[in-house]
Amino acid sequence: MSVDNSLVHIALLIALLPLAGSLIAGLLGRCIGTKITHRIAVALVGASFFLACYLFKQIVLDGEPAVDHVFYVWANSGIFNFNVGFLVDRLSVSMCVVVLFVSFMVHIYTIGYMQGDPGYQRFFSYVSLFTFSMLILVLANNLLLLFFGWEGVGLISYLLIGFWFKREAANVGSLKAFLVNRVGDVGFILGIAIVLMFFGTLNYHEVFRQVPGMLDKVIPIFPGFSPAAVTVISLFLFTGAMAKSAQVPLHVWLPESMEGPTPISALIHAATMVTAGIYMVARMSPMFEYAPQILSMILIIGGTTAFFTGLVAVVQNDIKRVIAYSTLSQLGYMAVALGISAYDAAIFHLITHAFFKALLFLAAGSVIIAMHHEQDMRKMGGLASLLPITYVTFVIGSLALCAIPPFAGFYSKDTIIEAAQQSHIYGSTYAYLCVLFGAFVTPLYTFRALFMTFHTKPRMDAETRSHVKEASWVVWLPLVLLAVPSLIAGGLLIRKMLYAHPTLLANTVFVLPEHQVMTHLAGEFHGAVNMALHAVTTLAFWITIAGIFTAWFFTAYRPSASTWFKGHFSWLYAVLINKFGFDKFNDVVFVEGTKDTGHLFYEVSDVKLIDGFFVNGSGSLVRWFATTVRNVQTGYLYHYALAMVVGVVVFLLYFVWGL
Amino acid sequence: MIALTEYLSLAAVLFGLGIAGIIINRKNLIVVLMSVELLLLAVNTNFIAFSHFLGNTVGQVFVFFVLTVAAAEAAIGLAILVVLYRKRATIEVQDLDVLKG
Repeated sequence: MSVDNSLVHIALLIALLPLAGSLIAGLLGRCIGTKITHRIAVALVGASFFLACYLFKQIVLDGEPAVDHVFYVWANSGIFNFNVGFLVDRLSVSMCVVVLFVSFMVHIYTIGYMQGDPGYQRFFSYVSLFTFSMLILVLANNLLLLFFGWEGVGLISYLLIGFWFKREAANVGSLKAFLVNRVGDVGFILGIAIVLMFFGTLNYHEVFRQVPGMLDKVIPIFPGFSPAAVTVISLFLFTGAMAKSAQVPLHVWLPESMEGPTPISALIHAATMVTAGIYMVARMSPMFEYAPQILSMILIIGGTTAFFTGLVAVVQNDIKRVIAYSTLSQLGYMAVALGISAYDAAIFHLITHAFFKALLFLAAGSVIIAMHHEQDMRKMGGLASLLPITYVTFVIGSLALCAIPPFAGFYSKDTIIEAAQQSHIYGSTYAYLCVLFGAFVTPLYTFRALFMTFHTKPRMDAETRSHVKEASWVVWLPLVLLAVPSLIAGGLLIRKMLYAHPTLLANTVFVLPEHQVMTHLAGEFHGAVNMALHAVTTLAFWITIAGIFTAWFFTAYRPSASTWFKGHFSWLYAVLINKFGFDKFNDVVFVEGTKDTGHLFYEVSDVKLIDGFFVNGSGSLVRWFATTVRNVQTGYLYHYALAMVVGVVVFLLYFVWGL
Repeated sequence: MIALTEYLSLAAVLFGLGIAGIIINRKNLIVVLMSVELLLLAVNTNFIAFSHFLGNTVGQVFVFFVLTVAAAEAAIGLAILVVLYRKRATIEVQDLDVLKG
């Protein structure tokens, strides 16, 4: 077996181990008990993680060439082949390592968090199956297999949001997530179909090779409007990414997904699945690069998401929802990076965000366990001394999220802000302002949550407070292990990710020379330490500090000030607490609109036309005809005789005289 | 010599009377039977007239058949009438509407 082949078979093993874990936990879980179930699931995901690390070393560090290998012909339809095959390159193995690391941590954490839950084995089965689907999504070498993984993670996200299916909110949330994602998936599958129509293949490499020759192909929609095929494909593919990566206006499902158990929020709705859209756009960069209008659209949508959803987080009181809105905001940052063609920076932020956001969620979960499943921050406070490990890790996560040097988030986020300033693509100024002021909002809500939870005077009753204690090692160990990369991953990776030759992703992402924004930044980059020291001279840094100070002032120093603020700016508060009315709008326009349309069709076309006119109408026509005609049949002999005579006369007239 | 037209006119008048008897009569069922006899007689008259003027005796043979059938029919009709009267205690035509739809 050659080296290439062995690598791709390792990749196959990486994907299949979690599947095996899922099947064992799901099918045999009841027989083998909780203890063996979690041991097997954790061991298999752990093994998968270490294999992924090996692959990462081979491909990225030792520079082995990328492998594109087809395992199995899924279907063969005339000239189209649908294959199950993996593309093992720098981008996919980097994603694998991140996905598996977070998944591994979450698997361990789950042992503590889900202890005693009746669905314990089912939960492990789902989480492992999610890992499998996500790996398929990442490793696929063609769009159809990507779509398989894409739908797989969507399905499991649905199952896990609705994991506690006895709660109504969980059911509603899971349904909402599923339905909103369908909207994006329609666009995504249309995009795939157009790719198949124009390129005749779905394999990434073959498609990308043909892209430069396809630029003059247009899709005539109506006379005078024939957009380029590449633009239309990019638009549809991005629609899919918008739903999956929760960009405005398809972001509404993500906050609702917080009804799921916290480990899931960390794994699926923060670190991995929601970043699938970002990954997909980066993967399809050779396509998107030739559609500058779509890049501008991504930029504007990303900027809007980054700033405005961050504002909503400021008024949330549920600790998980604050972090959920912050996830939305950070996904907006990644989208901005995609829009300005800084794909490396987008993936860089994706990686660092995966670490610190998973950390924040798991730390929040640790608080929730200690508070006996209380999530309202208004009933917390002063937990720092009681939960020291959780507190420290939460602080690390918060500092990383707020881009304080030298934490991981600083490097990736600051790069995005700087790069947005450098870009000249349409909409970049708007996006730059959004991400810049986003840097004020991020620390505002993060530190508001931090102060409300861990500082300020305790607001829970003494009974609850006396029970608050740090959970067992399975809960805090993942926190510590995630805190490490949240602390150092940024400084460690920045040179390799963005400025080395070749970069960590090298040729797996493609940037047109005129879209290149990183060259200017590369000239200013003098090592990670220097960048951290120079942070004090940047505007973004001081905006962040201002955000932290504001949060401290309003929550810890003068809580009454926030009440005053709420009273005097009640309109602003109302706008934010209603989340800019997206939910209301969707309710009124889509939910009620669909209901009304259905009602209209029911009343008019079904009840009136089908039932009234056709079904009952034909019946009553026959009845009317019969009642009328029966009057002829009097039963009197002389009437019949008369009819016969008249008949004979008529026939005579007709036949004899031809009248 | 009486012309064919006159025979035919007579037959037509008889036939018309028969039909009128069936249609107009609302009371007695026996009148209907009598009218039917009139119709048959009108036809017979036609048969004989044509037979005579065409010099063909087949028509006259037919008349015998018709007369036979008419006799039989009258017998059966009267029998039915008797039974009907026993059953319904009336033989008025306008009371007999069992076939009404």
